[in-house]
Parts: sequence; structure tokens; C-alpha cells
Amino acid sequence: MKKDVKKAIILGSGALKIGEAGEFDYSGSQALKALKEEGVYTVLINPNIATIQTSENIADKIYFLPVTPFFVEQVIKKENPDGILLAFGGQTALNCGVKLFEAGILEKYKVEVLGTPVQSIIETEDREIFANKLAEIDVKTPISVAVTSVEEAIKASKKIGFPIIIRAAYTLGGMGSGFCENEEELIQRAENAFSYSNQILVEESLKGWKEVEYEVVRDAYNNCITVCNMENFDPLGIHTGESIVVAPSQTLSNSEYHKLRELAIKIIRHVGVVGECNVQYALDPFSEDYRVIEVNARLSRSSALASKATGYPLAFVAAKLGLGYGLFELKNSVTKVTSTFFEPALDYIVCKIPRWDLNKFSGVSKQIGSSMKSVGEIMAIGRTFEEAIQKGLRMVGQGSHGFVANHPMKGVDIDTELAEPTDQRIFAIADALQAGYTVDQIYDLTKIDKWFLEKLKNITDHEKVLTKYNSLKELPDTDLLLAKKMGYSDFQIARLVLKVPGENIQDGLLAVRTHRKTKGILPVVKQIDTLAGEFPAQINYLYITYSGSENDIEFVDDQKSVIVLGSGAYRIGSSVEFDWCSVNALNTINSQEGYRSIMINYNPETVSTDYDACSRLYFDELTLERVLDIIDMEKPKGVIVSVGGQIPNNLAMKLHSQNVPILGTSPLDIDRAEDRNKFSSLLDDLKVDQPRWKQLTTIDDIYRFVDEVGFPVLVRPSYVLSGAAMNVVSNKDEMEHFLTLAANVSKQHPVVVSEFIEEAKEIEIDAVAKNGEIVAYAISEHIEFAGVHSGDATIVFPPQKLYIETIRRIKKISREIAKALNISGPFNMQLLAKDNDIKVIECNLRASRSFPFVSKVLKVNLIDIATRVMLGLPVEKPSKNLFELDCVGIKAPQFSFARLQKADPVLGVDMASTGEVGCIGVDYYDAVLQSMIAVGYKIPEKNILISSGPVRSKLELLSAAKLLQEKGYNIFATAGTHKFFKENGVNSTLLYWPDESDKKPNTLDYIRNKKLHLVINIPKNLSTEELSNGYTIRRSSVDFNIPLITNARLASAFINAFCRMSIDDISIKSWDEYK
Amino acid sequence: MPEIKSIKLILEDGTVFEGKSFGYHKSVAGEVVFNTAMTGYPESLTDPSYKGQILVSTYPLIGNYGVPKDEMENGVPKFYESDRIHISGLIISDYSFEYSHWNAKNSLREWLIQNEVPGIFDIDTRALTKILREKGTMLGKIEVEGQPVDFYNPNEENLVAKVSTTEKIVYGNGKHKVVLVDTGAKYNILRCLLKRDTTVIRVPWDYDFTSEDYDGIMLSNGPGDPVKCQETINNIKKAIDIGKPIFGICLGNQLLGIASGGSTYKLKYGHRAHNHPVIKVGGTTCYITSQNHGFALDSNSLGKDWEPLFINLNDDTNEGVRHKTKPFFSTQFHPEASSGPTDTEFLFDDFIQLIENSKK
Repeated sequence: MKKDVKKAIILGSGALKIGEAGEFDYSGSQALKALKEEGVYTVLINPNIATIQTSENIADKIYFLPVTPFFVEQVIKKENPDGILLAFGGQTALNCGVKLFEAGILEKYKVEVLGTPVQSIIETEDREIFANKLAEIDVKTPISVAVTSVEEAIKASKKIGFPIIIRAAYTLGGMGSGFCENEEELIQRAENAFSYSNQILVEESLKGWKEVEYEVVRDAYNNCITVCNMENFDPLGIHTGESIVVAPSQTLSNSEYHKLRELAIKIIRHVGVVGECNVQYALDPFSEDYRVIEVNARLSRSSALASKATGYPLAFVAAKLGLGYGLFELKNSVTKVTSTFFEPALDYIVCKIPRWDLNKFSGVSKQIGSSMKSVGEIMAIGRTFEEAIQKGLRMVGQGSHGFVANHPMKGVDIDTELAEPTDQRIFAIADALQAGYTVDQIYDLTKIDKWFLEKLKNITDHEKVLTKYNSLKELPDTDLLLAKKMGYSDFQIARLVLKVPGENIQDGLLAVRTHRKTKGILPVVKQIDTLAGEFPAQINYLYITYSGSENDIEFVDDQKSVIVLGSGAYRIGSSVEFDWCSVNALNTINSQEGYRSIMINYNPETVSTDYDACSRLYFDELTLERVLDIIDMEKPKGVIVSVGGQIPNNLAMKLHSQNVPILGTSPLDIDRAEDRNKFSSLLDDLKVDQPRWKQLTTIDDIYRFVDEVGFPVLVRPSYVLSGAAMNVVSNKDEMEHFLTLAANVSKQHPVVVSEFIEEAKEIEIDAVAKNGEIVAYAISEHIEFAGVHSGDATIVFPPQKLYIETIRRIKKISREIAKALNISGPFNMQLLAKDNDIKVIECNLRASRSFPFVSKVLKVNLIDIATRVMLGLPVEKPSKNLFELDCVGIKAPQFSFARLQKADPVLGVDMASTGEVGCIGVDYYDAVLQSMIAVGYKIPEKNILISSGPVRSKLELLSAAKLLQEKGYNIFATAGTHKFFKENGVNSTLLYWPDESDKKPNTLDYIRNKKLHLVINIPKNLSTEELSNGYTIRRSSVDFNIPLITNARLASAFINAFCRMSIDDISIKSWDEYK
Repeated sequence: MPEIKSIKLILEDGTVFEGKSFGYHKSVAGEVVFNTAMTGYPESLTDPSYKGQILVSTYPLIGNYGVPKDEMENGVPKFYESDRIHISGLIISDYSFEYSHWNAKNSLREWLIQNEVPGIFDIDTRALTKILREKGTMLGKIEVEGQPVDFYNPNEENLVAKVSTTEKIVYGNGKHKVVLVDTGAKYNILRCLLKRDTTVIRVPWDYDFTSEDYDGIMLSNGPGDPVKCQETINNIKKAIDIGKPIFGICLGNQLLGIASGGSTYKLKYGHRAHNHPVIKVGGTTCYITSQNHGFALDSNSLGKDWEPLFINLNDDTNEGVRHKTKPFFSTQFHPEASSGPTDTEFLFDDFIQLIENSKK
């Protein structure tokens, strides 16, 4: 029975951040699709402009506004909806919904919450109410005491006994949580947790218990199913977002599986969820004793994973249930004949592995634990655990080739690594097995169930077998086939059997491939059909395995299919924007009669891996081997490598050398842009300027070059010992430090040193060319000066502060380069401009991070045009250009420093942001304010600390400080800034540096007591080696949740924006209202 | 890892799958059926309903948690559904030679060997399942080298007679006296009854239980074609006339249906899964059920006083019947679960309620 809902608002999750990533683009897109199917007019609020859900034809109306109660209320006022959906935008949407409910706004405007009632959400979010609620039905939760002060926390710990876990209520992915072994640790953790929440929980520690999750669905008729269960590889104590996870559970007996399933259903009924929720359990590894750890009454990262793991579209179904349907009334979208009231049966195993990017941050703790740090994840599918995990470890994309045949770990003590895991733990297990540790020994250190360890041991055991042989001829077919069934790649086999060195590995793996094919050792394609083959299914959701004797599908050799290579795991630098590009390329292919689209990708958080997005989805690896396997079977018209970011781009030449047709720009030309030397000489030929650079192999040569160009310089080592791969070095000391401690310089590991131009504007052009001629383009500028990575910069489109002359020159340079590289498809170029003097820094012959942003602001879909070009279809130049826009778009980065304990929240040449928003305003300040609020800044109440660093930042901030003074803000400043302000007529209160702790008033006290509402701290130079005072101010601002800005130009823009306009002046306009 | 011998599965239609042997190394023949459950192999293998069948697990990773201890409770093994393995052979994709579970005593392999049941791994069970789905359940044989066997159709035999108890056994000492007609009963039916204050009188399939002093009758699950159980059907007819509560499960549903005038037929490839959805007739209430049957009751064949109680949401087949006025009902699925989901265990409460009502 359907509810009468005509118009509904759906809240998105905003920028991608640690703990809340692309999975909510997938859930939201599914929900919107479901509502559309029911004829509901949908209004989406989500400032994440790079998402698929904020594209045309998905929601009826889109607001790129912050997901906060203020803005949602404004939209409700304007749109007058009947209903609102809170479950599809992660914790952000849920928290916002709870606040709207508590403030009576939903009631005031008569907006009905569709799906799980807010009261149920509140009951699951507040742990004490939750524990009591479950106690009513005799369901066990960990012994837990809610406290509101550190003293109470100490008291509670005495009752429970150590070890103890501290959790902050209402936070994302376990922020502020941690284990404490003693009272000292407890005090420290508790203080930190109270900065996120005024309630924290002191709980019994269940470290070492198994962690198991169930995804549960309930309809308004009280019918319940569990769609999937999942088991963590790592025992409790490691956040589920940080753990390797398998589905279905592997070590649970029938009785355990169904006991927990029964409890999950009992809980969801008692709580009153309508839609989807997940229940997380701790399960005693030595009995059937359990605790319910958490219930999330919303779609989650796990639900996205479960949807991909089973083929059951949880978000789609949940949205329909919110409209009042019963599960039995909806059809299973895979079989098309059976209903959604069933539980998927899997005939494969999936393995999820997190992707960390901790190397991008300086100072960050690499240990993994109860709080989430990973930035993305992958899902690998296989018919053995060995196959799934080896595939998965390759998919993570951090240089590993599987569980074995990797470079040995550097300077890692195996015992420590096993007992105190970091992001390298899985490889420590490999090292331990190779070093002869027994499964029991590893178990004692890790508490990982021995079943998993035994399976891993199968892999290392077989490694020993493979290593015994020295040629493919010697290698028995049975051992080769067994290796493939265990997920060994041709690369691994080449390394283990042929023992080819790194530089020849390409030839080696191709030799293995050829040998394998002559022996008929080939993989097969299997379907994910939700029913383990019990009923026929016309499903295009596929994976590849060696544990099989036949393909589930047939291949048509008509050259009408086009393969699009996806973007892989979300990571810093490659995220939802490339999924948008991939999905849009698929859409264009799908819209062409006669063409079939084929997607290859393995990221469960994406829309591109929704089997509805393409004609065939291969949820599998983006390695040369696997892509060639698929090409051998599909025989496509060609492959698109330019919409999925760097992973497919890197495959272009390798595929080309295997005679695979690459659509668009020739791989040879891609290589001319990618190869630094080739590109540099191309620019010289075109007489286009570039910052001077040299590839050098000795320290003396480096100094000779620096004498020529002067400090600062940008140093890019090819071999990194620790820390960031790239650095700006301002003087000899820093150079010495960097080259001795952080990086290696030698003949084998040359270093690229480039001239670093200060106070230059950075400009980007995103464009599409056809046969070397530009068809469409968008030029945007960074608010920050060059030196901040383009992924961390705040980008303005159309540019507001560029000379017409600069734009004219950039267009000319772009035309010349497009011609010289004979580009057919998307490309992006980054340039520096200082007084109309323009230098090219980089050119990528692929779509870039900013393609969705500029496409949506300009309302010209650059990917659609690019895909048409690549398919050889006619294209017209868009009638519109950036000079005709009467709006301004701003793309602002989202940082997740709060989750990365100890990391220095400073911006540099290496990217650190985990996501972004893009907001559109009627003018520059309108857009600045929207975008800054959307990434979590607040218009400060009263007190602002300015610690303005070098002289030019001081000058930069002077007028902004005057404006603040005029508006009645209280300015606080550290010594140098205070003096400078005083000399220049700005009143400020001096706050002493953190290391002058005896002097009051002290910055640190102000931060800890939350007396400051905004902290502006500009580092002295661009190096990551910052003085400890600056670090302390920045880090404690993050830890105490005070908005922090570390760039003077951005700070000035933000201050100007909030001083010139109030929050009420912000435009509440939907995307279609901007012309 | 032990030495691995090769072994074959040969289907009636001539298809041959070559695999590796991990159980008792011998040839057997039977009916090849598949089950899509992802857990519960110790329960399934001891389920008497599988008598005569070679079981294919569509879930590829089997043996992970070993097999449990043989602790006894209420006079029956605590963790198994009968006192021995009933399947003729087991076919899987990936066998876990090493198992891990606190409650495990043995590996699946050792257990199969002790019970002299062959096991095959390393075959494409999905491909095999698709054949059975397309062509229907078929006969098959597991062959080891030098040991030829003939195809054998277990459905031509009275399998129930082979798995039923041979003597009357009384369990528990509860308020309500329930006759459990053992046509191949899973022990969890017994456990579910004993939990509810009953004395269970377990009787052989052909025993005239109407002579017993009882409050209710539990018709159990069991293997094979229901029409082979004519003696049981005759006794059920008598019980219907007596009028005390009757609750049938699986084969019990079919036997009750036949006794009330209905008829059964063989399904193309049966229902063997933990995820079968059923809906209560005339309502909006659905349950996920555990199923294991190759025959079904024809809903249209029921006697005039009878009506369908549950319908399968996947294929609309009958999932239970009830008498319009008297306390007789049955389900095609397994409310006792084990293995499988426990959503419908409340039906045992309903049964006890009927007994209590009938005593008033």
C-alpha cells in the first residue's frame, strides 16, 4: 500500500570524508531512482557536486547547499514537500534530520519522515537509551556507562575494570573512540572524546571477540529479512571500516549464524525500523555469547557493501519501503519474477579491504584501531578465500601484487606489527608465515581466527611450491592451475617462477599469460544472481574466477561493445569525481543505439558498479592481466581509459602494446604528456614556458641546479623512505634534512627538482578536443596561490580575478598543446600565471577531478562530449561559454584531519583532502560562504585567533583583520601578528605560544576551553617541517573541533565573505535556477 | 594436506565432472540435488530427508568450522539431526582441510570417512547446479577408479522405512503427550517439542499410533515420495477422525494432504535452501523458511474442508495446509529450522496452544 507522497526531500551526505564516503552517492542515487519510479517529485540537498546523484535526470531538483538544519529548513520553506528521507545521506543526513525533528521544524512544515521514524533513530543513536531498549527484549549489549565528565568516567572505569573502551556519542565512524588500558589513558581519551560530544561512554572491552554484522530490512507490515551477514577478518577492536571483511561469514556455525540473525530481526522489530538497518555484534570466539555493539538505523557503508556483495539493492528497496510498500509487493530486480522478500544465497565469497593513505600525512599515527582512518575500500569476489583476498590486495592499489611476491616490508618488526596492527598488518602476516611462524603463534598475537590464517598459509605454502621451479616448462599444469585458483596473478607467477627482475616484469607476466593460454588455463565468468543459481537470472553483474569450468554468459563478437575502465578504490586524489566521469561515459554509450557498455571496476562505494549502469559489469580487477582476459572474451570495439583517473590512464600504453584498440587520444600521445622529458621538450618546441626543472642523481648536482633557479624548489624523489613523496624546500638545511631522512637520491633513484614560483596564481583548464582541436573548455582559478595541491585548493569557476589577457593566452597555449598531442577526448592542464606570464605545470590527457564541477556549473557535460568524440560521433561546440554565466561556482576541499590522529593539518604540494563540495552562488562571496559552510566551517561567533606566519601572509590578512574589527569581532593574535596588527591599527589580544605554557593568556588554554570560534594559522613556509608551536595550534584546533584555516588567501576570502554578508543573505536557489 | 585422489561425478545425462576426493573413497549412486544454504552442513548431512541423495552445496567453501562434538542431550545427539550421515555423497567446490571452531571435534573429511560417505571437491558446483535447474533433478553416481556402479533411483524405494525408528521411544516428561510419527524426523523437531513441556512418543512410520494415549500428533519430515508411506497415510486418516491436534512438517505436510484427499507431485528440482519466502494465505505476513523437499502438495487437490495455509512467494507452490475448522495444520517448510532460519518456530507454540485448547 503506497503512501500519498507527491514531493519529497532527500538529504545527501555532503563532501566525502573518512567514515562517510562514496557509498552514500550510491544509496542516494538508488533511493532517487526508486522514488522517481513511483512518480514522487524529488528534491535533493547535497553540496557534493561531483556525485552522480547531483546530476541531471536523477533528482527533479538539486540544491548544492550545506546539509545543515538552517539550509534544509530554507529549502523546506521554499519547496513545501510532503516527505523527507533521512536514511540515505549517512550520519550527516541523520544528524541533520534529528535536529530538524527536535527543533520542531518537520512538524511546523508538516513534513513526514519516510522510513524509519526519528524516534527510532534517536533510540539507536543514544547508547544508553539503546542499551535499555535492548534490555527490554533481553538482548545483551556491552556493559556501558554514559558519563558527562572525566571524573564520572574514572568512577565508571572502577566499576567495569580495565581494559575499557571510550566512545563519543553521535559521531561519524567512531571518532573520538579508543581503548584504554589504565586510568592515565582513560583521562587522555575522555578529554579528547568530550571535544566531539558532551556525552561519552565507558564500556567493557571485548577485544579479541569476533565482529559480525547483519544487514536487516523491515517493511511496514513487520516482515523482516537479513540480506547479508559479514564477518570481520580482524577481531573486535579494529573498527569495521578498518578491517578486512568477508561475506558471508566463514567461521560461524549454523547455530551461531541463525542465533544472531534471529536477534537482528528481534531488534529491528523492537526499534521499529522501516527500511534498512545494520546490527553489529561481538561474538565470543569460545562460546555463543554475544553483545550487540551497534545498530545503524540508516543505509551505511556496510549496506552498500552488502548490496554489491549480494546483488540485492538495499537502498532502492529501503526507499520503496519508506513509501509504504511491503517487501512481498516489490520485485527482485535480478530475477524480475521473484519478490524482494527473500534472502540472497551467495555462491562465492567477497572480501572487502580498506584503502589507507596514511603516507600522505606527516606525523600521523599508522596504527589501526577503534577509529576509522581508511579513505576507501575495494571488494574482491572469488570462489575461494585465497582468490578473493589476493585479488583484493591488488585492487587496493598500493603496490602489492597479492598476499605474496611483494617487496619485503621495510624496517618492520613482525611481532610488534602483528600485535599492534598498522595498515601493513596483512603483509606482516605474510612475512610471519614466510619466516616460519605457526598459525598458532600468529593467532596468539593477532587473535585473527585460525581459519583465515590457515587459508593465508595455503597461499604461502603454494608460494614455496612455485619458487621451486625456474621455468614455465618445469612448472606442472596442476600447480599453475592451483596457483590461479588461489588468486595468483601472472605477475606473481612471473616473479616467483621466472624470477624476473622488476624492470622486465612486463615481459615476464606476458610470458606467463601466453604459456597459460596454450595450456588452456583460462578464467571463467560467473554471474552474481542473488540465488546461487536456483532460478534463471538475466543478470549482467559478473566476476571472474578460476574455480569454474564454464562461463555463465555468452559473448557476441560484433565489435559493438565499449569497455570503460573505472577508477578503482577511492583514495586521496581519486574519488567520486571519476565515478561521475565513468558513469557519464556509460550513459553516453548506452544512449547510442547499437552500442553496449561494459564497465570494469571493483569499488563497492560507486554508482558505476551498480549493474543498472551498464550492459555488463565486471566487478573485477583493473590490472593488465584481467583487462586483457575480459578483452579476449568480449572482443570490444575499444576501451576508454580516460575517464577513470590515473589507474586506467596508466594501463593505456600496456594495452596498446597488446594491440588493444584504445578509444580517443592515442596512447603514444598520452605517453608524450605523461613522460616528463617528452612533455618538456614538446613545450620547448611549442615555445610554451614551464618552470625550470631537472632530473638529478647526486646531491651536488641538486645544489648546482638550485644555485641556478634559487630557493624554494619543489623536490620529487622517485624513492621515498618516509613521509610525503613531494616537498617544497626553502633552504639548504631543509634540503639536507629531506634528502637524508625522507628520500633517497642515487642513479637508480633520481630526484626531480623544479623551480618553485611563489605568489603565482594557479589556473586549470578542463577541456575536450577532437582530432587536436578544442571543442569545449572551462578555465578555473584557485583562490590559494600555487603551492597548494590542486586537489586541496579552493577553485573558482568561472574565474573572477583573471586578466582577460591571461585567459586569452591560456586558450592559445591549450589549442597548441591539443594540436601537438592530437588530443581526441578529455584533458586537463594546470598552469601558473604571474603578471600574465604563463607557465604550464602539468597536462593530463584524461578527465580530471574538476570535470563534474565545471560541467555542472557550465551546464555543459564535458564527459558526454568527450565520449562522443571517442566513439567517433559528431559533436557540436557548445553554444555557451564561461563568460556568459551569471553565477559563480566554488569547489572547496573537505579534510578529515580530525580522524587522522597527530597528522599536521597543513596544506602542501601533496594532496590531503578526502573530498570536496561545489556550491553555486549569485556572486563570489555567496559561493564562498556556502562552500565553506558545506565543508564544516561555521561563521564565527566572536573570537578569532590569527597567527599569520610570514610577512606576506600578514599583509594579505591585514585588510581582512580590519574588516573583522569593524564588524565587532574579537581578534586574538600570537606575538608577531599582534605586533604587526598593532603597528597597522588593528586591535588584538595577545595570546602566548603553546610552549610558553607558564604565560597567560595562552593559545592552548583558549583552544582547549573552546573560547575561540575560528583559528587562522599560517605556517611559516611551505615545508612540512613546521615549528612545533604552529603544529600544536593547528593540531589542537582540529582535536578540539575548532574551525581552522591555514592559508592566508583562503582565510581572507572567507572573512570577507562572512563580513560582507550574513547567513540569511545566502541564496537558496536550486541548480536549475542558475542560468 | 593428505594425498588427493581423483574422483568423478557422472550424471544421468552423460555429463561428467572431474573432481578430487576428500571423503570416503568409494563409488556410490543416487539422486543428485543441490542446496543453496551457506551454513549448516553437519545438520544437512544428518537430515534423514536426504536419504539416497547426493548433495551439491552451491556455497563453495565448506568444512570451515569442522563438525561438532557428539554430546548427547535428551537422549539424542545435541548438535546433529540424526545419529548418522544420511546423504550418499557430498559435492562441493572448495574444501577447508583446516577447520576452526570452539565446538568442533573433527574435520568434515574425517567424519565423512568414518561414515563411509564419499566427498568431491574442486568442481564447478555452479555449473552443476545450472544443469540440475535446467534439466531437473537427475540421477548420478560418484565413481572412483576401478569401482563401477549403476545408476540408482532412490525414489523407487520406501526410503522412509530405511530411516524411521524401528521401535517406540519415549522422551521427556512434560504435560502434553505428543506422538512424533518418525518418517525420518530431524531431532530438532523433538527438541522444539521437548522445550514446550511435552512428553514425546516417537513411533515408527508404520506404527498405529492411534492406539496411544496422546494429546497431539506431530508428523515429521522424511525422504522420498510420500505415496510410498501408505501405512502412515491410513493412520493419519484415523487420527483425523479422532480429531486431536495434528501438526505436519515437510513430508508430514504431504502425508496430511494426501490423507485429507489431496495429491502430490514431484518438483522439477525441489526446494533445498535457507532462503525460501512464504506468505500466509490471505494476509501480508511473510517468513523466510528452511526447506528441503523434492515433492509438493497440489494446493488445488485439497479436500473441501481444507485450505492452503502458506504459499511459496517464489513459485506459488503449496507451503502448508490447514483444516477449516479442526486443529490440523502443516507446513511444507521446516519451522524447526536446524539448519536455517528460525522465523517460524512459533508454529510449535501454535501447536501446543491447539493441544491446550483441545484439552479444555
